[in-house]
Amino acid sequence: MKKKADVVIIGGGINGCSLAYNLAKKKVDVVVVEKNYLSSGATGACGAGIRQQWSTIENAKLSIESVKIFEKLSKELDQDIEFRQGGYLIAVHDEKELIQAEKNVAMQRSLGLKVDILDVGKINSIIPILDVKGMNVIGATFCPTDGHANPFKTNFAYAYAARINGAEIYTHTKVKRIKTNENKIKSVETDKGSIKTDCVVNAAGIDSKDIASMVNVNLPIIAYRKEIMATECLEPLFEAMVVSFKDGIYFSQQREGQIIGGIPIPEEISGYKTIPTFTFMQHMAKTIVRYAPILKHVNMLRHWTGFYDVTPDARPILGEVKKLKGFIQCNGFSGHGFMISPMVTKILSEYIVDGKTPSILENLNLDRFKGKNIVHERSVVG
Amino acid sequence: MKKISIVCRCEDITEDDVIKAIDEGYTDMEELRKKLRIGMGPCQGRVCIQLVAKILEKKTGKKVSSIPLPTSRPPEIPVSLGTLASDEK
Repeated sequence: MKKKADVVIIGGGINGCSLAYNLAKKKVDVVVVEKNYLSSGATGACGAGIRQQWSTIENAKLSIESVKIFEKLSKELDQDIEFRQGGYLIAVHDEKELIQAEKNVAMQRSLGLKVDILDVGKINSIIPILDVKGMNVIGATFCPTDGHANPFKTNFAYAYAARINGAEIYTHTKVKRIKTNENKIKSVETDKGSIKTDCVVNAAGIDSKDIASMVNVNLPIIAYRKEIMATECLEPLFEAMVVSFKDGIYFSQQREGQIIGGIPIPEEISGYKTIPTFTFMQHMAKTIVRYAPILKHVNMLRHWTGFYDVTPDARPILGEVKKLKGFIQCNGFSGHGFMISPMVTKILSEYIVDGKTPSILENLNLDRFKGKNIVHERSVVG
Repeated sequence: MKKISIVCRCEDITEDDVIKAIDEGYTDMEELRKKLRIGMGPCQGRVCIQLVAKILEKKTGKKVSSIPLPTSRPPEIPVSLGTLASDEK
């Protein structure tokens, strides 16, 4: 193990590895420390969706810029990440949702995004297998450039490209302690050895809270367990992701042909329990069959649990902690860390190397929770 | 004709595919699974996982008994969404 590095990133998920890539490309001496294997946390359990339709301007901007990077990423990283743009269709169930949808669409369009509000009659022209009566909808919003990529392959591709550019990645290596001196980072101590550094990035997903507590920084992150399922592989049936904020369901077909989707179960509580539940299987099956009756013939193969690292406003915590120099947050993604990772890590790398502080980094700093005017992201699903 | 050994019948993964992935640095069972989709098909790993563990042992020297198996996921065997959605007992 290396004894010294410019930057130590804790967490080998999508954000840790893409940040390592962005830093290594800028000739920064960077190390990633991952306690398990690459993508063993939220990235490995994620629903693969890439969405630009958000209610807050920061999330919309981060995702729009991320899509521009995703479009060229397979080529840039020299690995196929299976990116494709089949769109996201978001159900609108009632007048109240329609008012919010109109607001969201106006904001998204002001950023240059192509997104439309569809009449209920148009829904089947995009996804023929949906039953609009069963869905109980009055319309939908649709953005054709939303889409999917394979989260594992993207994670591995970033790690591969990071290594080629000189980054070192240590898996099965656990952080024990972070040493500081006069409000500055000094070193990271792991079970495999100690690394001297003055910059630590906390990209540890739901464990970010524990990492931060090692240096007495309190992160307002709660872990929410989420269940998700996969079916057998089928011929291509539909291209868009289907989302309903009201029912909490999302599902889409992946490139290999399986349908992946999730839904919260009625008695959901926060916590670390990872065992999948029978309640989920039934609730998911009932809802997806109500949305697309033909799917009753399709077999579910497995379902699993992942975690959302949820913040009070459902937006990520990014940037340097003001009271501890060199301690940088890249966590609290609240269920959408994969889809915004390319832009998040580009911005963070520019902050670390060039000291650039765009307003987005200020708005998403940990300090925002001290204020009273918290801007909530409303478009959260699953 | 070249001899081909299929390791994973569900996803058409050969012994050579597994060896290539291990050579590329995917030496963890879970990483191999996510890279190649072994164990993600209808059999859920009943056929392939033991074979992949053997190949891993041969390539890396890790004993099969020390290689953690991927977590098995319910419903274990394929069950139709229609059956799961039904309230019939």
